[in-house]
Amino acid sequence: MSENGYKSGSNLEKVLKAGHFAFTGECGPPKGANVDHLKEKFEHLRGKVDAVNVTDNQTAVVRMSSKAASALMVQAGLEPNFQMVCRDRNRLAMMADVLGAYALGIRNMLCLSGDHQHFGNHPQSKNVYDIDSMQLIAMVKKMRDEGKFLNDEPIDVPPKIFIGAACNPFADPVDYRIYRLANKIDAGADFIQTQCIYNMKRFRQFMKRAVDMGLAERASILAGVTPMKSARMAKYMAKNVPGMDVPEELIKRLEGAGKGKMAEEGIKFAIEQIQEFKEMEGVAGVHLMAIEWEHKVPEIAERAGVLPRPQVD
Amino acid sequence: MIIADRKPLEEIQEMVKSCGKILLVGCKGCVTVCNVGGLKEVQVLASILRIARKKEGRPLEVEEKVLERQCDPEYVEQLRDTYDQYDAVLSMACGVGPQFLSEAYPDQRFFPAVNTKFMGGAVQHGIWEERCAGCGTCIIHFYDGMCPIARCSKSLLHGPCGGSADGKCEVSSDIECIWDKIVRKKMEQDRLEDLRVLRAAKDWRTARDGGPRRSIREELVK
Ligand code: SF4
Ligand code: SF4
Repeated sequence: MSENGYKSGSNLEKVLKAGHFAFTGECGPPKGANVDHLKEKFEHLRGKVDAVNVTDNQTAVVRMSSKAASALMVQAGLEPNFQMVCRDRNRLAMMADVLGAYALGIRNMLCLSGDHQHFGNHPQSKNVYDIDSMQLIAMVKKMRDEGKFLNDEPIDVPPKIFIGAACNPFADPVDYRIYRLANKIDAGADFIQTQCIYNMKRFRQFMKRAVDMGLAERASILAGVTPMKSARMAKYMAKNVPGMDVPEELIKRLEGAGKGKMAEEGIKFAIEQIQEFKEMEGVAGVHLMAIEWEHKVPEIAERAGVLPRPQVD
Repeated sequence: MIIADRKPLEEIQEMVKSCGKILLVGCKGCVTVCNVGGLKEVQVLASILRIARKKEGRPLEVEEKVLERQCDPEYVEQLRDTYDQYDAVLSMACGVGPQFLSEAYPDQRFFPAVNTKFMGGAVQHGIWEERCAGCGTCIIHFYDGMCPIARCSKSLLHGPCGGSADGKCEVSSDIECIWDKIVRKKMEQDRLEDLRVLRAAKDWRTARDGGPRRSIREELVK
């Protein structure tokens, strides 16, 4: 740990350490080098979130690199959460990117397996998976805390990165998910961002186990929220996104809102969720993934009562 | 064993387009067992090729032969007297076969008639599945005899990923999620602690990543 008592000193780490309810957002880099487009998207999040996740070739679709987009965010004075998947890089490229990211002022990172390239726009590509997300977490921790590369050679200025990991409480085999979360925390995850949650009942049960096992004390768990734009989107996710649990009840509620009012109903549900998460034992914050809906984040944040964001020095 | 599929007929026809006389050579090894390059398949392909070319009015002479194993120089030698009597030789063995043949007979052309796919076995009559990716350092004892390197779409050593649903892999409902099976078995047998261990990053040098491999058994080398 560094002199100031922080592992990385990132804003997200400070907010969590001070005991505030964290609120993070997400921004997918553009499908091109369009910096203006990227800025337009992330400007909506300025001052509304503690850190912004920058996705890494999300759903295996090629986009501007997450490291470059994160660095542009740093330049603009926003805090990125740099995502890295194991699909596209071997351990050399990963460690190089961790160092490069740190050198560019990036202080948070989310370690992911990554969607298989089959989902994306270059399904012909080779996948790497030299190491998996568990090993990536451990590798970044080793780089940070021991100041060593994976091969034990010393690092000249180790990267002080706040390490995040993902968790899907709804994927199968369901009974094992809590142990996989425990493994990620054992490997070194400081914070966890969950897959988007729609089934609150199941999530409550999951969190109860996380609390009982002491996991929520060892890492900050941020609950994932993605507002539904329509009943169609809800049905699509229920059917086509593996490991996603969208209860029939929610689909009915959206349909019941009627044409033109479903988006508002989706936002209402998201706000209710955030309010419940604020009270839920073990939940340290919310990760709002408003996909291609960045401009709605200020409104959602306002209505959910998470503004203004705390300033911690 | 090694599993292969026959190449599409058009591709094979294109390879031998300019030939008037070819040798079609099968193998009694793996490709016979997986019904792709044994005696029967050699006969079938030979007659299809003959008929197709006859229709075109440019008959193709196809001689048939099946070697004991094309991956063994001793049997490859059996073509010594005849190999140069053809415009080309079409091999129905796995990818090893045509390579051993061309090494033995550098002045002949050898074409592959099959696509070599994986190491595996038959799970039911007519269906074969991959089981091993030849990583060179077997670790399946950590996973109750199930190989995540060959059988998880992401070769995860700490699965299952968040895309596992109903025992199926996120890539396709035709692919079983091997991690689902590993986890269920460990949990059923009360050996969850096996999965609470962090495995070190794999040393891929023993796999293809270390370059083309060889195996030397000193006691056998003369
Ligand atoms: S661990 Fe390696 S050698 Fe063993 S079955 Fe899997 S790929 Fe083959
Ligand atoms: S769903 Fe299962 S088999 Fe497919 S990539 Fe994930 S862990 Fe591997």
